[in-house]
Amino acid sequence: MNSRAVNSSAVNSSAVNSRDRVLARIDAIVPPRPAAEIAAGRAAIERDYLRRHSTGDVLDLLADRIAHYRATVRRVTPAELPGAVAARLAGRVYAVPEGLPRAWLARADPARLVEDPPVADLDALDGAVTGCAVAIAETGTVVLDHGPGQGPRALTLVPDRHLVVVEAARVVADVPEALERLDPARPLTFVSGPSATSDIELSRVEGVHGPRTLDVLVVA
Amino acid sequence: MTGSMPTYLGMPSFPEAAREAVGDTLLRRNLAHATGTIRARRAEAVAELPDWERLRGSARQIKDHTLAHLGHYLRLLEERVTGAGGTVHWAADAAEANAIVAALVEATGETEVVKVKSMATQEIGLNEALAEAGITAYETDLAELIVQLGDDRPSHILVPAIHRNRAEIRDIFRRAMPDAPAGLSDSPAELAEAARRHLRAKFLSARVAVSGANFAVAETGTLVVLESEGNGRMCLTLPRTLITVMGIEKLVPTFADLEVFLQLLPRSSTAERMNPYTSMWTGATEGQDFHLVLLDNGRTDVLADEVGRQALRCIRCSACLNVCPVYERAGGHAYGSPYPGPIGAILSPQLRGVGSKVDASLPYASTLCGACFEACPVAIDIPEVLVELRARAVESARHPLTDAAMAAAGWTLRSPARLALAQRAAGRFRRLTPRRLPGPLRAWTDTRDIPRPPPESFRAWWERTDGGRRP
Ligand code: SF4
Repeated sequence: MNSRAVNSSAVNSSAVNSRDRVLARIDAIVPPRPAAEIAAGRAAIERDYLRRHSTGDVLDLLADRIAHYRATVRRVTPAELPGAVAARLAGRVYAVPEGLPRAWLARADPARLVEDPPVADLDALDGAVTGCAVAIAETGTVVLDHGPGQGPRALTLVPDRHLVVVEAARVVADVPEALERLDPARPLTFVSGPSATSDIELSRVEGVHGPRTLDVLVVA
Repeated sequence: MTGSMPTYLGMPSFPEAAREAVGDTLLRRNLAHATGTIRARRAEAVAELPDWERLRGSARQIKDHTLAHLGHYLRLLEERVTGAGGTVHWAADAAEANAIVAALVEATGETEVVKVKSMATQEIGLNEALAEAGITAYETDLAELIVQLGDDRPSHILVPAIHRNRAEIRDIFRRAMPDAPAGLSDSPAELAEAARRHLRAKFLSARVAVSGANFAVAETGTLVVLESEGNGRMCLTLPRTLITVMGIEKLVPTFADLEVFLQLLPRSSTAERMNPYTSMWTGATEGQDFHLVLLDNGRTDVLADEVGRQALRCIRCSACLNVCPVYERAGGHAYGSPYPGPIGAILSPQLRGVGSKVDASLPYASTLCGACFEACPVAIDIPEVLVELRARAVESARHPLTDAAMAAAGWTLRSPARLALAQRAAGRFRRLTPRRLPGPLRAWTDTRDIPRPPPESFRAWWERTDGGRRP
């Protein structure tokens, strides 16, 4: 115990020195400039790339791009949603995060829903059902900010299935628009298809550690 | 601050190591299949974005701007991470970084950590340093697991087990994974399932994780990790303590800057529109303890070099490896460094100096064909840096090439103008194959075919077309 305390304080004091040494070295190579000059330099960076790559229907594009990742995706009307959710949950036990609209679960079997389970219980569940913060059509990406209806990060990671409901108003055309809508102060998880690896002879295999089944329902 | 990074033990110079590798038919076949597949897919993913060149131009400018004001942005990052409840540590070299991480792990009372693939921790030899401190590091990427269980070294930035085929992987699992199913076959799905089961218990019980980072946003203090398998998410979210080791060059100024890199990196590396998972977090998240270790380890030396500095723009996509004819033949191990391929050929000697045999020979591990520059999403002119490093290696007393032929090559390589002439002359013979590689690489190509070079060198093309502006 003692030697541990001595060790870590030795590390701390050398780390303080290292901070000053590294920064002094950097400042000698690229000397500090006034904030206004740095801001002007940043503003001068050319950003002539496209804000979006497609002009067509974003919902069609989203569905197409998600399907490409071998996720299942279906477009439904608000009236069809509870039935579609129930069909996907059928026979399995799903985690439900706090704040998920109750109407989405109107037709699901309440005995098979677990509200806000602790992390330790997640491995025993079949899946999790959530909403999302943003969806990016061009790349087929669903972004969670883990706010109401999305649960803490482990909820959509540990169980083997993830059903995500994407409301039309959350869909943007492309990556730049998505970042405009997201708050970096929140934890963010970008999900593009089920977990996958190409580590064995570059064969894409769905599902290593994250959910192996990703179901998406796009509501419009 | 000169860096230290493990030059793999007893590493021979690049030509010697490469000669051995090109003689290994199985390795060559695995590599040729892999790099060929990635090349074709990547070309498609890139062609889908008509503004690719503009994204590339913006990425280059964002990174150059950040490097030009690195002190400012690092201080800002430190302030924002600290403000969000994280702790920032600074490490001048590998030994300091390793000591910081070991002390942080010891402070938790744990003796095991789970790890998500990170070039920076490979560079500093963290796993070995932790082992000395009595801490076991478990690599959790499938490929890293294959490498670790096989008692092997990674050979590719992105696909570290690119040199292993499925039968070899099955054998490694059967031998070294205690809980591998008895009848394990060599189907990739079964192998992945075995790894999933093997690591699940580890993830659920781990209390400390170590990661790298792809990007850090100075303005917000946000860290970004891109991955495929979900092991990254497991490591980043489940353990109570998260320690992230990141090179000081990984910064971007603003959150909006990520819109450029999130488009470039997945397409350029795995040829996907988007990788399966990207995690972003700012400071201590969901009750975790978060520590960020900022690593110099030679990077300020690279920053000080006006030609070489551009290597710090690298986002580790590995596109340059996959297009490189030398890498395809020689494989990653010949580079004797965690950074293989064209980027390794310029980064390793810059980070470590050209003191060792392998580092002094690395700037020659290229035909200067220019394919790496054309592929690079942040437009690093790797041939330009190589030529510069060659000139230095030739001037340095330690340069490994002493015979008369090399003196002549040295004379050529020292001068960009003479080099251009020599390359153009070589271009006239481009249709006559098989050829030998010029200069010191001749030694290992004299019994091998080299790939048919492009009909025109990049430099000749650039001059003829005024950098692509004329047809
Ligand atoms: S040098 Fe360029 S192409 Fe090579 S890994 Fe780095 S970013 Fe990718």
